Amino acid sequence: MSAPVLEIADLSVRYRTPKGPAFAVDSIGFNLMPRERLGLVGESGSGKSTTVLALMRMIRPPGEISARHMRLEGRDVLALSTEELRRTRFARMSLVPQGAMSSLNPVLTIGAQFADLFAAHGQKSDTARIAKLLARVGLPAHVSSRFPHELSGGMKQRVCIALAIALTPAVILADEPTSALDVVVQKQVLATLGRVQQEIGAAIILIGHDMALMAHFVDRIGVMYAGRLVETGPVKSVFAAPKHPYTKMLIGALPSLTEKRAFQGIPGVPPSLTDRPPGCPFQTRCPAADARCRAEAPALRQVGAAHDAACHFAEAA
Amino acid sequence: MYLDYVIRRFSITLLVFVLAVSINFALPRLTPGDPVEQQLNQLISTSSGSIGDVKAIVESYRARFGLDQPVWRQYLDYWGMVLRLDLGFSLANYPERVGESIAAAMPWTLGLLGMATLLSFAVGTLMGGMLAWPRAPRWIGWFAAPFLVLSAIPYFLIGVVLLFVGAIVYRIFPAGGGFPFDMTPGFDGATILGIAWHATLPALSIILAQIGAWAIGMRGMIVSVLGEDYIMLAEAKGLSQRRIFLWYAVRNALLPQLTKLALTLGHLVSGAILVEVIFSYPGMGYRLYQAIQSKDFFVIQGIVLILSMSIALTMFILDLLYPLIDPRITNKRS
Repeated sequence: MSAPVLEIADLSVRYRTPKGPAFAVDSIGFNLMPRERLGLVGESGSGKSTTVLALMRMIRPPGEISARHMRLEGRDVLALSTEELRRTRFARMSLVPQGAMSSLNPVLTIGAQFADLFAAHGQKSDTARIAKLLARVGLPAHVSSRFPHELSGGMKQRVCIALAIALTPAVILADEPTSALDVVVQKQVLATLGRVQQEIGAAIILIGHDMALMAHFVDRIGVMYAGRLVETGPVKSVFAAPKHPYTKMLIGALPSLTEKRAFQGIPGVPPSLTDRPPGCPFQTRCPAADARCRAEAPALRQVGAAHDAACHFAEAA
Repeated sequence: MYLDYVIRRFSITLLVFVLAVSINFALPRLTPGDPVEQQLNQLISTSSGSIGDVKAIVESYRARFGLDQPVWRQYLDYWGMVLRLDLGFSLANYPERVGESIAAAMPWTLGLLGMATLLSFAVGTLMGGMLAWPRAPRWIGWFAAPFLVLSAIPYFLIGVVLLFVGAIVYRIFPAGGGFPFDMTPGFDGATILGIAWHATLPALSIILAQIGAWAIGMRGMIVSVLGEDYIMLAEAKGLSQRRIFLWYAVRNALLPQLTKLALTLGHLVSGAILVEVIFSYPGMGYRLYQAIQSKDFFVIQGIVLILSMSIALTMFILDLLYPLIDPRITNKRS
C-alpha cells in the first residue's frame, strides 16, 4: 500500500475575538490516499471551508493555524517558507473555489489567467497548452480570448477546474464547486471534475453540504460538526450504518423516493465557537445525550472497518 | 459597432459645445448694466474733464462691438467668431485679442497643473493602494496619518505656507512668476531650469493638496477589492505578491480613480486659480482672476468657453478609453 498523499493530525484554526478564541476548526485529523476521493460534509459554519483554507495555508489574521503535523507528500506544509509555499500552491495542491462566478479576474482574459499561473511557476505557456486544458473540461479553445463576464457560471467553474489541473497537482481541494450552479449544470461540472481528477491521478477533497450529491462522488466521507470531525468512513458503510447521531439525523433528513413522509430537520443550532460547553458539542441537539455527554467530550475512535466516530454510544448504534 | 458609438458619443459632445456657447453668449447679456457705459463711466470718473459727447461715443462703441444689432444677429455673429476661433478683444487691455491672451496663458497652466495633477495621482494612488495591502512594507503605514491631514487642507493654504517658508523665510525659491525676469526664454537648459525652479512651489502645493485625497480614495477601493474571490484564487494559484497587487488588486481598483482623474484634468484650469494667484503664475487661472477684477467680459467669456470645452473633451476621451480600461464596459448596444 502506498503512502498517504496528505496526512493531517490535530489541525486547528483559531480566530482571536474579543470574546476569546473561536475554534473554527478543532483538532481534526485524517489521511488522504493517492487518487482517493474524500468528501467533507456539514452545515454552514461547521468548518469545512476553513479546513480547505487552512490546508492551503491561506487563513488571514486574526486567524491562526496549528497542527501536530500537516504533511503534503511527506513535506510539512506548516514548515514551508513563504516562497516554498507559493511554489507548492497549485503545483502540488490546487483549489477549485466556491464562488466560481467571482473567482476570475474581471479585467484579464481567461488565457491571461492561465499564463499567469504558468509564469508564477516558471513554466512556459502557449496557446496549444491552454487549448488542451480547456478541451479537457469540455470548453472550446476560443474561451481563452474571452473575459470572465462573457462566460456562463458553468463555463467559469470549468475554467477554474482547468486551472486547478493545469500543473497536475497531487491533491485538488474543491470547496463546494457546484453550489452556485443549477442542478443540471451541477451534475455535469461534478462529472467533469471527477473525470479530470482520475486522468491526472490526483486525490480530491470535496466540500459540500449536499449529502446525496456527495454520496455519488466520493469514496470516503467525513462529517463535520462545530469544527470537529465527528464521523468518517467509507461512503457505503457510513450511509448504511451511521454511528454518530448527527450523521444519522443528516441521512434521515434526506428525502426518500419510495416513502412519502414529512421532511425531517435537525432541531436546534450548533454551539457557539467561542463559548464552548464541556462535553460533546452535539449534546444540546442529541436525543441520546446523558450525563456523560455533558461532562466528557467523546474522542474519534474506530467503530468499524476504516470507520471512525466520535460518540460515546457509537458501539451501541 | 465601435464607430457608431464614437459618432453617438461625439454628437453628445457637440451638443454640450452648442449649449456652452449659447449659455456663454446669454449670461453676460442677462446681467444688469451695459459694459460699454460701464467702461465709459469708469473713464469719465478717472479723467478730469469732459470727454465730449458721451452718447455718441457709446453709440460708436456699440456699433464697434456689434451691440447695436438685434440679439439673434449678435448670436449668429458670436457663433461666427467662435468658429473662426476669434474670441474678440480684451476690454481691459485693448487692443489685445482674447485668443492671444488665452494662448499665452494656456501652456503655463497645462504644464504646471497637468504635471502636478498627474504626479500626485500616480504617487497618491500607488501609495494609497499599498496602505491597504497587508503585505506592504511597514514604513508605508507612516504615511496614513499625514495623507489624512493633507487631504483636509485646502491647496491655497498649503500654497501660502509654502510661499512663506520657501520664498520669504528661507528665500530658496522665487516668490512668483513663471520664469526669471532677466531671462529671454528659449529652448535651452537655463530656460527649462528657470521654469522648473519657478514651478516648484506652486506644483508642490497642488501635489500636497491632492495626494492625500488620491491615496485615501485608493485605499478604500483596495480594501473592498481585497475581499474579492479573485484575489483569493490568485493567492491560491501561487502568484507573486507583486503580480497580485498590480494586476489583480490595483488594476480592478483603479477604475473609479481614473474617472476622478479625468474630471480633475477637465477642471484643471478653474481648479487652482488661487494657487496661480498666490504665486502670480502667468497661467489661465491668474488671467481669469485679473479679468474678473477688471470686468473684462470678453476674456472671462473666452476662458469659460475654453473651460467648458476642455471638460466636454476630456469626458469624450474618457468614454472612448473606458472599454480599454474595463472590458466589462462595451460600446455595443446589446
